[in-house]
Amino acid sequence: MNAFLKEHPALRANSKRTFTAALAGNPNAGKTSLFNALTGLRHKVANYPGVTIERKEGWWYIDPAGPAVHVIDLPGLYSLEATSIDETIARDVLLGDESKTSKPDVVIVVIDATNLVRNLYLLSQLIEKDCRIVVALTMVDLAKRHGLDINIPRLSELLHVPVVAVIARRNEGLDQLATVVMQVAVDSAIADLHPTRGWLSQKAHATDGAAQWQSKLIARYRWIENVVNETVSEKIEARAQSTRRIDAFVTHKIAGPLILFLIMLFVFQAIFSWANLPMNLIDKLFNVLGASARTHLPAGLFTDLIVSGILPGVGGVVMFLPQIILLFLFITLLEDSGYMARAAFMMDRLMRGVGLHGKAFVPLLSSFACAVPGIMATRTIESPKDRLATIMIAPFMSCSARLPVYTLMIAAFFSGQSVAGFVSLGAVLILSMYLLGILFAVGVAWILKHTLLKAPSPPFVMELPPYRVPDVRNVFHSLIERVGVFLQRAGTVILAISIVLWALVAFPLTPNITGDNQSIQVENSYAGQAGHLIEPAIRPLGFDWKIGIGLISSFAARETVISTLGIVYNAGNAGDDQSESLIQAMRNAKRPDGSRVWTPLVALSLMIFFVLACQCMSTVAVVRRETNSWRWPLFMVGYMLLLAYVSSLVTYQGGRLLGFS
Amino acid sequence: MTLDATPFGTPARVVSVTGDGPIALRLMQMGVIPGVSVSVVKSAPLGDPIQIRVRDFDLALRRLEARAITVAFDHD
Repeated sequence: MNAFLKEHPALRANSKRTFTAALAGNPNAGKTSLFNALTGLRHKVANYPGVTIERKEGWWYIDPAGPAVHVIDLPGLYSLEATSIDETIARDVLLGDESKTSKPDVVIVVIDATNLVRNLYLLSQLIEKDCRIVVALTMVDLAKRHGLDINIPRLSELLHVPVVAVIARRNEGLDQLATVVMQVAVDSAIADLHPTRGWLSQKAHATDGAAQWQSKLIARYRWIENVVNETVSEKIEARAQSTRRIDAFVTHKIAGPLILFLIMLFVFQAIFSWANLPMNLIDKLFNVLGASARTHLPAGLFTDLIVSGILPGVGGVVMFLPQIILLFLFITLLEDSGYMARAAFMMDRLMRGVGLHGKAFVPLLSSFACAVPGIMATRTIESPKDRLATIMIAPFMSCSARLPVYTLMIAAFFSGQSVAGFVSLGAVLILSMYLLGILFAVGVAWILKHTLLKAPSPPFVMELPPYRVPDVRNVFHSLIERVGVFLQRAGTVILAISIVLWALVAFPLTPNITGDNQSIQVENSYAGQAGHLIEPAIRPLGFDWKIGIGLISSFAARETVISTLGIVYNAGNAGDDQSESLIQAMRNAKRPDGSRVWTPLVALSLMIFFVLACQCMSTVAVVRRETNSWRWPLFMVGYMLLLAYVSSLVTYQGGRLLGFS
Repeated sequence: MTLDATPFGTPARVVSVTGDGPIALRLMQMGVIPGVSVSVVKSAPLGDPIQIRVRDFDLALRRLEARAITVAFDHD
């Protein structure tokens, strides 16, 4: 049992009592590792009241019978003078400024032992604000290896706050942290011992012509330097040698960009080939489910809903789980290892060319997984106009929902071909789709930054954190989180759309239809009527009314186009391999004049449409939330649709002129 | 001399950080204050931004922003 609880049986018995602890600290100080170690999987991603911005919170059960601590993980921040939205949120929670949250009972300040001076700056500000503070000193093992010897009791004494060394990866020091956190939270006597503010007396000495905020800031640092000088003895200056050696390659003039390109190519190739096996397994599973549902359930509308609507609809999307897991895995690894900051460092000059910030690179790269977290990640960008420009172009990054569309088109019309003998045509096409999106993003960003969102280039000051081996637990947790969000979507939005679509295709019922004449039913249905309605507009792009139905449904979420095509082509009923049968059905589909509906050119035109159009309800919703108006999301949907239409038109008509069919 | 003109790998001392804007604030929050030792490590492949080392950690900043930092060499 926890030592503190042993001494305070009353507290232990009163297990209903809970209190709140906020985790604050510099970016890369090890906050998330500590959060995961404390809460395990008992956490959720919730929204901040009012501003609907994501925050992570969880429960830390110190003792099975004891009180539970409500832990809030805050965005990383360097100081309380916030310069970005992320930092503003963190500050508001810490100081209890936000109207609906009260000040946390305890602030656990996470301090990176290998970077004491800078990390202590935030602490000095929090001490000034009269927060109840416990310092969790992380990376102590790393500091020791770098030759830093930290006298922790002395540090605690000088700071006048308890300091606990923790190694989150190995769950070391957590019990002691629990004891101290409870002492500080419960014992008002301890909390009332206000820490000294040694730097305040030094204020006078620091004034040498600088502005007042500067002298205050310098005074804090002088105080911190004194504290660190008294508590840390540095034997050798060996810190971050390995990081320097890695940087020599990774941000090298020639090798650097080459490595960046190879990493991206590797990620895309991996997603395209490694994910195949599990994807086929999931596909088979849903087919087996469909077949057994058909045999065991009585024939009728309900069975049809399950077999033709829900199973192919949900299955067609769940199938892409392996690809999404791989993509998120790579993004998390690149982020946790410290590579992302290097990528931003190398890309800043290019990004600035279109008026954007190097920091926009990370949100844009995340948007390759999904624009929703990408758009939320723009909060680290200080300038509102830059942030808005980044949000506007984020959906051009080919997200994981487009991947199934590309994959299907390639499997159906470009499979088995290779370029230069060893790279598959599919991989080249996919890479081209990604590049096309990037190209349009660059163009639009440039135009926006020179018209609607004209503003001077904001500052670019970014830490290049030391390289670290990613924490397995962190990677695992972030995967679980994102997979959860994806499955939730498959279980709600996609399920609902599948049912609606099925109904639109199944009604109104055309009487006297037998198995093989399903297409008449589809043609006469509400969906068929809608498809016919828009056919004149999309015929110049090479699309017929069946593809039109797919396009309409894809504006809810891109990947639904596949389940829609599955329903339209009645592929779920074939009983055997579902995507195989969809591919066959697409290859065999004929226009009224007998020519093929689908040609490689039509497939390419469709892929390009999907690169550029903003077909995603979730993205629209998150942009509405983040910009706090309907103007920007509507503008985004409109201009992207226009670009998609024109580009598909040029592709299809141009291709025909060049003699392709 | 300002930091953007400092040769790579040569340690210097910060004399002042000029300006009242967000750049000066951000730099000073991160510990770039008068008296501290700083050196330019290298530049990004396209020549800008630059990587500087201060207080044992690395920062990336643009040359334009590095101009806000005035430095002196110890032998001056």
